[in-house]
Amino acid sequence: MAYPIEPDPALAAEFKKTPLGHHSPALQRLLRIFRTLPVAGKHALLRVDHQRRWVLVQFNGRKGEPLTIHRDHVFTDWNEAEWAVFKLRWKAYFGSDVPEALR
Amino acid sequence: MTRVLAGYTDRISVCPGETIAFKVSAEDGASSYRASLVRLHCLDSHRDGPGLQEEVVPCAFDGVHPARHQPIHIGSCAVVDGGPAVARLRSFSIAAMIWPTLRKDEDQVIASASGGEGGFALALDPGGRLTLSFSNGSRLTLKQPLLLREWVLVAASYDEQSGLAALHATPANTHAGYFPPEHLSGVVEAGLATGGEGTLVLAAGRDSQQRFVHHFNGKIDSPRLTDSALPVEALRRIVADPFDPERSAHVIGAWDFAQEMGRETIVDLSPNRLDGRLVNMPTRAMKGWNWSGRWQDWKHAPQEYGAIHFHDDDLSDCRWETDFTFTIPADLPSGFYAAKLESTGDPEHVVFFVRAPRGRPGAKAAFLASTATYMAYGNYRVMNRSNLYEMYLGQLPELVESDLFLNARPQYGDSLYATHNDGSGISIATRLRPIVNMRPNTTLSAFNDDGWILGWFKALGLEVDIITDEDLHNEGLALLSDYRLVITGNHPEYVSTRMWDAFQAFLDRGGRLMYLGGNGFYWRIAYHSEVPGVLELRRTEDGPRPWEAEPGEYTMSFNGEYGGLWRRAGRPPNGLIGVGFTASGFDISSYYRRTPESADPRVRFIFEGVEDEIIGNFGLAGGAAAGQEIDRYDRSLGSPPHALVVARSEDHTEEMMVAKEDMPATNYIIGGTENPLVHADMTFFETPNGGAVFSTGSITWAASLPYNGFDNNVSRVTANVFRRFVDPAPFVLPRREAVEAQAP
Repeated sequence: MAYPIEPDPALAAEFKKTPLGHHSPALQRLLRIFRTLPVAGKHALLRVDHQRRWVLVQFNGRKGEPLTIHRDHVFTDWNEAEWAVFKLRWKAYFGSDVPEALR
Repeated sequence: MTRVLAGYTDRISVCPGETIAFKVSAEDGASSYRASLVRLHCLDSHRDGPGLQEEVVPCAFDGVHPARHQPIHIGSCAVVDGGPAVARLRSFSIAAMIWPTLRKDEDQVIASASGGEGGFALALDPGGRLTLSFSNGSRLTLKQPLLLREWVLVAASYDEQSGLAALHATPANTHAGYFPPEHLSGVVEAGLATGGEGTLVLAAGRDSQQRFVHHFNGKIDSPRLTDSALPVEALRRIVADPFDPERSAHVIGAWDFAQEMGRETIVDLSPNRLDGRLVNMPTRAMKGWNWSGRWQDWKHAPQEYGAIHFHDDDLSDCRWETDFTFTIPADLPSGFYAAKLESTGDPEHVVFFVRAPRGRPGAKAAFLASTATYMAYGNYRVMNRSNLYEMYLGQLPELVESDLFLNARPQYGDSLYATHNDGSGISIATRLRPIVNMRPNTTLSAFNDDGWILGWFKALGLEVDIITDEDLHNEGLALLSDYRLVITGNHPEYVSTRMWDAFQAFLDRGGRLMYLGGNGFYWRIAYHSEVPGVLELRRTEDGPRPWEAEPGEYTMSFNGEYGGLWRRAGRPPNGLIGVGFTASGFDISSYYRRTPESADPRVRFIFEGVEDEIIGNFGLAGGAAAGQEIDRYDRSLGSPPHALVVARSEDHTEEMMVAKEDMPATNYIIGGTENPLVHADMTFFETPNGGAVFSTGSITWAASLPYNGFDNNVSRVTANVFRRFVDPAPFVLPRREAVEAQAP
């Protein structure tokens, strides 16, 4: 059985501060859950115009089928994109948004 | 914007005076495109680096060319031009052992003969049931589906006089009666049994335009064709032994797939000698129905390796027509080049490599383009198929537009990191197709990040010729002997035995090697001996494997060598380059700290003008010079005892995890904060006859070169080594006593 994880605001705060890099064991556990979600519907980033500019895409897991591209979700900072996806996953997993102060 | 053109070349590298052919397809109905020649000095438009640098070079093919769509016919099969022996068949039997691997929503043909006014097909229907159909529509179908991944004798016969057709399946393992033999017969209106040209196709059918269709997924072993409707018991004996004296009089063809293993030929043992040819290179040297398990290598018991594994997504050659050719002018400098093709959307860069004139090097140093590795990752698109991919990266996957182009085109084939539609690993890679990610501005770091090294050569004015893995495999030591120094790319991961041996001989003769990468000299591959541009890999017992070869199938078909990790073949890279793979992680990179050994007079030249203790705490890949995949010095794996570890990386995150082969049993201590093996070792050692090796042991080293306009300590260290290594003054091996006196 998966280790129960509570929606501790400190985890979200830690991720927002450092999306990539050293993470506490508790945040690592949560990220393992988020990063191993089923591939269908999972978010990733599409680099556009060969610049450091990305839009959100969603996988479908099926060969040859077009990915869902959210061209209106544009990021120019990789960490901001990581945080945006983290918030989506937080809500889907815990059923509530990350605390207001972090949004 | 998504590209609309795709192309490839017949050769991957060319010398002045040689001619290269370009094959182009328009994928959206474009009627023309503009072509130009560009020399590529930098391959990525990273805003913190020098950006994509392409220099237009006037050439004969400049201008507008007509565009056309060129199809790709994916899927493998075997074709036997049986001539009259097959065309005249009126009654027949066909039998084989098969090991099906996939259910599909269409027929999968095991064997077919068609043409003229007749024809038959033995197939699996969408329900996985054996079926015999005739071109006039008559059809017999067994009731029970065949089990996947179980050997079964399948047989079908037709007797012209009685009109009686029969169909039979006998499993090799009945699973205590759960999977019983099944037999069905009945009178059918069959028309002519074969006719036409007498072509027999194994593992596919053909449509009205003679294209191969309805490909079979799975293994076929010992197919037999006879000229009369024989009872199943007789067919079983003929499958086991085509020379069964009682029945061999009826045998028209009896194919032994264990012969000519490294070729594209299948051999017929019958007196008709109806040898056939393979299309799109299915996988050979596969365990057959009679594999005993006593042998693990097909060369020891070829009679137990009589199976070929066919796939509906095999591809060895697109076989496109040539659109234009280019003869390399005598004065074209060696380099990375591309035919840049422009229509709407992103331009297509058809990349190729220009060498110095044969036998007349233009420089003392050569950069080895890792073309085997580029091919292994060719058309890589694992991200949309794996739940674990993001976990593996430690960050969100990044795609570029060419990934969307690839995703929409399964017919372009996949990489050696993917599996076939039936779940078996893709073990054969080809460059005779567009490799959509061996292009500027893609996420294939092995190729794109080598552009940082090219840009560095240009920025510092260092003269270098380009050679490729394929050249090294074909020409061996003679190629390297033209140079005093050979420099690898950031990820020379896939290496043939001939490449390895050439390197070893080069170093033994005083050559110098700069290994500017990580996880290099890792997987052993085999190039096909008859088809240039195709290579084979078996992902065997160890290493990070996106798929695993079946037990007993660890020996490559192309050359009979044991496949997999070089370390598992008894040649860890540490012996050749001083270091070997130790950890991977793709979140952030780290830096090196100089060791006390960096003060040794033997390596003073490396740090000339570098006062810093910390090296490479900057860079375009993960922010620092030690990252993604890293290597360590290890005496127990053959690192030379006199090698000096001059700098070592530290402070890696938990995402940088120790190599699988260094975890004999699972444990918790695998990440960079705890596992002592997780570090990159910058290493130097001298070789006999005045040579030397310098290894960085990190993939992201190259991506730190361009930082601050190439003015940084990574660039300085690399340049110091380059300049000393092209200097003819010999390196002197240290005395053993001196090395041991300094040992910690």
